[in-house]
Amino acid sequence: MTPSEVWDIAALVPDPELPMVTLGDLGILREVTVGAAGVEVWLTPTYSGCPAVSEMSRDVAARLTAAGAGDVRVRTALSPPWSTDWITPAGRRKLAAAGIAPPGPAPRRPAGPVPLTLSPVPAAVSCPACGSADTARTAAFGATACRDLYRCQACAEPFEHVKEI
Amino acid sequence: MGFDTAYEAITEESDDQRWAFGTGFADPLAGVDTAVPDGISRADLGAYCLMLGDDALIMSHRLQEWLARAPELEEETALANIALDLLGQARLLLTRAGYADGSGRTEDDLAFGRGVTEFRNVRLAEVRDADFGGLIARLLVFSTWRLALLDRLRGSADPVLAAIAARAVLELTYHRDYAAQWLLRLALGTSYSRDRMTAGLAEAVPLTAELFLDSDLELRLSPRVAVRPAELRAEFDAVLAEVLRRAELAWPGGPAQPAPRGMHTDQLGPLLDELQSVARAHPGATW
Repeated sequence: MTPSEVWDIAALVPDPELPMVTLGDLGILREVTVGAAGVEVWLTPTYSGCPAVSEMSRDVAARLTAAGAGDVRVRTALSPPWSTDWITPAGRRKLAAAGIAPPGPAPRRPAGPVPLTLSPVPAAVSCPACGSADTARTAAFGATACRDLYRCQACAEPFEHVKEI
Repeated sequence: MGFDTAYEAITEESDDQRWAFGTGFADPLAGVDTAVPDGISRADLGAYCLMLGDDALIMSHRLQEWLARAPELEEETALANIALDLLGQARLLLTRAGYADGSGRTEDDLAFGRGVTEFRNVRLAEVRDADFGGLIARLLVFSTWRLALLDRLRGSADPVLAAIAARAVLELTYHRDYAAQWLLRLALGTSYSRDRMTAGLAEAVPLTAELFLDSDLELRLSPRVAVRPAELRAEFDAVLAEVLRRAELAWPGGPAQPAPRGMHTDQLGPLLDELQSVARAHPGATW
């Protein structure tokens, strides 16, 4: 099996918590190598406490083994840390189609100590239902580490948004 | 592969494995290159990762105690998210500790198999919160200090510790913002909320000085692998001063009797009794 064939199989594994997108869409799949020692697939966890990593690893290994990849090892690449900037354009379209607003660009950290944010940052998130830019954040934390909650002021629809990180 | 509903997708496999004691979901560092660079004392690196992991584990447990008790559902969700981030940091750091020190102890061995005198967390992480104001004060002090510490550890000569820190800094940034924004809301709210916030700060202050005590371990490991806690004081003071200025509050003075790591309050024992109860009742259980 070639590296690109391995990549195509591993990339299609759905995310356990956002099953409308795949590991490839999210940018969690980092690298694939095929060598004498077998197939190695590198994944980067999203958050330190992401409970889905083990499940993703098993799904990747199971699908590759079923496809005849032979000896498969799923490895963890901790560095650099995952960023929402790694979510592909296709992944962003799928999130929006499922009613979850995709993230904007991750904040760029200035030099020096991490800056403190003492007031809510104005929303720059469009409603995935009607497209209005008139939205407001209702909660900074949601059902998983990667999401927060918004409401559209135009169509009144509540929706989730993937936080920029 | 497509799914009609999210429910179908997450139930695709019946042997769903989520980390919990006894589920066989172990080793969050699986597949990471875990070699310890030459010239670094494995025992010292292990002890250092252990104490950083204990801070996160014990703080996470105290935050989890707020679940079903927080003032609003949104705050409960926030505290659960913050606790989960810290639990994830603890898992990585304890796993690193057990590997680095050569003992081969797993994260479960270290979390569930040690007694109260073997925990190395700071006392700030273990004390009970009298109320939400107390929690916010403690979370602000803890996350401001830990963010300053782990931000510097991104440059550690241990690549695993550096990678764990780089991830954790992004999380601690919003933990600190959450606590700081709540402090402002309470301090500038009603006279009652301001009093409770002031009282919460007064409870956290005596446990703050010891966060900046240099230990022999940190002196041996710095600057290559570790950070001297005393170096964090200026950044910590600047952040707290800015939050308190906006809150129109003063940093409550008061005597502090700094205790080194390893000294605990009488509140850690009952916390561990609960945290370790299942593992101690059913050693080595799997299900």
